[in-house]
Amino acid sequence: MAMSPTPEAIVPDTEPAAKRDVSSWLPTVRDTLLAIALALTVGAFLVIVSDEQVIDAFKDLIAYPGSFLIYAGDIVKYSAEAVWDAYSALVRGAVGSGPALQRTLERSAPLICAGLGVAIAFRAGLFNIGAQGQALVGALAAGYVGFTYDLPAGIHLVAAIAAGLAAGAFWGGLVGWLKATSGAHEVITTIMLNNVARFVVLYFLAKEAFQKHNSDNLITPPPMDSATFPTVGGLHLGIPLAVVAAGAVWWILDRSKLGFELRAVGANPDASRTAGMSTTKVYIMVMAIAGLLSGLAACMTVLGLHQSVTDQVVGSVGFDAITVALLGRATPLGTVLAGLLFGALSAGGLGMQASAGVPPELIQVIQALIVLFVAAPALVRNFGRIKRRRTKKSSVETEGAVA
Amino acid sequence: MTDVLTPPAATAPEPSEPQVRDRADVRRQVKLLMVLGIVLLAEIWFKLKIDDPQVSHLFKGPRTLENQPVEFSGTPISWTAVAITVVALLLAALNRYPRRVGGVVLSVLVGLGFYGAFLMWAYADPSGAFAPAITSPIPGTIRIATAIVFGALAGVLCERAGVVNIAIEGQFIAGAFFGSVFSSFAVANIAAIPIFWCPVFGMLGGILAGVGVAALLAFFALRYHVDQVVVGVVLVAFGYGITSFLLGQIPSDQKATLNNPQLLETVEIPVLHKIPYIGEPLFGQNLLVYVMYLSVPLVWVLLFQTRWGLRVRSVGEHPKAADTVGINVNRTRWQAVLLGGVFAGLGGASFTLNTGAFDKEMTAGFGFIALAAVIMGRWHPVGAAFAALLFGFLQNLKDQLGILGDKVPGDLLSALPYLATIIAVAGFIGRVRPPAADGQPYIKSD
Repeated sequence: MAMSPTPEAIVPDTEPAAKRDVSSWLPTVRDTLLAIALALTVGAFLVIVSDEQVIDAFKDLIAYPGSFLIYAGDIVKYSAEAVWDAYSALVRGAVGSGPALQRTLERSAPLICAGLGVAIAFRAGLFNIGAQGQALVGALAAGYVGFTYDLPAGIHLVAAIAAGLAAGAFWGGLVGWLKATSGAHEVITTIMLNNVARFVVLYFLAKEAFQKHNSDNLITPPPMDSATFPTVGGLHLGIPLAVVAAGAVWWILDRSKLGFELRAVGANPDASRTAGMSTTKVYIMVMAIAGLLSGLAACMTVLGLHQSVTDQVVGSVGFDAITVALLGRATPLGTVLAGLLFGALSAGGLGMQASAGVPPELIQVIQALIVLFVAAPALVRNFGRIKRRRTKKSSVETEGAVA
Repeated sequence: MTDVLTPPAATAPEPSEPQVRDRADVRRQVKLLMVLGIVLLAEIWFKLKIDDPQVSHLFKGPRTLENQPVEFSGTPISWTAVAITVVALLLAALNRYPRRVGGVVLSVLVGLGFYGAFLMWAYADPSGAFAPAITSPIPGTIRIATAIVFGALAGVLCERAGVVNIAIEGQFIAGAFFGSVFSSFAVANIAAIPIFWCPVFGMLGGILAGVGVAALLAFFALRYHVDQVVVGVVLVAFGYGITSFLLGQIPSDQKATLNNPQLLETVEIPVLHKIPYIGEPLFGQNLLVYVMYLSVPLVWVLLFQTRWGLRVRSVGEHPKAADTVGINVNRTRWQAVLLGGVFAGLGGASFTLNTGAFDKEMTAGFGFIALAAVIMGRWHPVGAAFAALLFGFLQNLKDQLGILGDKVPGDLLSALPYLATIIAVAGFIGRVRPPAADGQPYIKSD
């Protein structure tokens, strides 16, 4: 389909198991690391040009060109200091301490879940921009069960999660159903349903049953303790659930009949229909699963972090999930790694803002650049051309068309 | 060739004998009957719910001493709407519902009737002491739709050339930021530019930003064959990030000179703006709106009446064939994408030049609405423009009805433009066919 990335374009070639040894993954790993380095370099440049000391030194340099060397030296020194301050704060904020590591994992878990939802839809040839809306209705449903009903501890948690998953799956399945029955393009319907979800949530938040006691704001009470994930050493148990979800998605994609069908439909819907598969079933199922995973992401936030539900509760997880899935090349393992990276960058960005005064938007820029550079291996290899010449990799993988 | 490129509105053939009607045709009739039935029931319900049909309107313009609300009875309008719908329903029941142009005209009439009947219900029997008057929907529709039309034109140009443009939102946000910066900078620092032309300088800034993002899209998609959807998504995230970052870098004492744009002034077009009822809202607008009026036919002429347009469409449909006859595929695509950037940048600039200072993420997903308009308009500039206007109309309806209080719940009303788009796409547009080579990089084989 036009608006969806062709699955074969972002998914690495599925080679026979025999050939799947370490060496075939090395180029991918190398390109990804190069891309991250390149993105961080551009980020460093932004840090430098926004550093006040560097700007002052530069102004002095313009004003007194006579003492060029002094001010040029200052610029270099201040630049190095600014970059070191920013990036050391980034690393410290992401993995430098127990709480930092905890924040990284807490932020990674919803990204991984929602990213898996986008990824599995990609594999069926569907571009799911709707993770945001699916997560939002999931958060509302999970939160509602969490703060309204008074149930025994374990059952309450399961019920709240089930409500979140069901709401997300319904919101996603709607897209699949519309696509299957009327051919409505999923890009349109997911964009529109994101907005509808926001207003549906706002509508319910204004209702008495959803209001926090003694509050005029549109905010619900936080979920009861019996409905939240138990914590072990500060980490809530929703986080391992994200890994379980990744395993489940891997099983669905690689080991189940549905996975085979959805990959076939992604590769060529007409051929799959001719071969006797029901594209209707595949579209509805895959979008429901995608919505379910987004709902799980919402559970991580609401039930894992004791959050009250507002229309902002899931942040921008649905949109970040798209970049996570693209960076992870729409594979379960890749999505987990990409989610961890983005979670670390996001947690580190907080540290960077707090201790080095670097605006958190810089992280957004770096994240975007990483995905861009990962998607353009030829460009990145041009930057590291010397390396490539030395290793003399087979010329097949370097896109010969780049002339 | 042209027929292939513009799929006809109704795919079902004219049934010469009723006995051999295919299933798609029957399904179409059933769908029509159901929709018209619901419309008719709703219209009758609206009518029966009215106690006092007196309403007032302010179609001539804002309330002034001379221009007072005009009272009239809503009953004829309600019954006319019912009558039109009954006629349409009968035609559909007899399978005589007109096709092509006639069908569009009849459907628009039914839609207008429904709109009228709905308004009569919504404005009659005001709940408070203050009875709001019905105002013209045109100014608000155009104000909201301007950016979406520009964005949709950018999308059409790119996709006709075979380059998927998800990055419209990124072009919008960049255009909005640099439109504001250029306009503010011109006011504060360039004395040579008269105050009226400062926002026009801002439009130039928007164009540069839009073309800049377009160049990034083309660079990665055409030069390095990166998946176009990936580039698009990334450019949106990048645009949001970099504009927020740059906004944070403007020192607070520089806000006045860098983010305080001079707004576009209203320019009344002589003669035309004197037309009663529609003249003022259509031709008493600012420069950007007039540029929008001209851009839609311009893109249509470029795409469908010029040699360049034929080349653009051919590289979007079958790049290999185009290459065989000597068309430089990637150069043509570059041109289309960059030209699209001009329009998208103008659309972005309209956010700040119409309303004021740039704010983080102020384009609020309108770029994605433009993307939807491209698909709803079936990759045709005029169709996409109408889809954008439809969205602007619904969004404006929501704004207008907001003052009516609790007759219609506010949050559900806010969801109306989006819900209506889904219904329109799922119910009436359905399966659409994009340009055949949309999204596929062209790699020349030796």
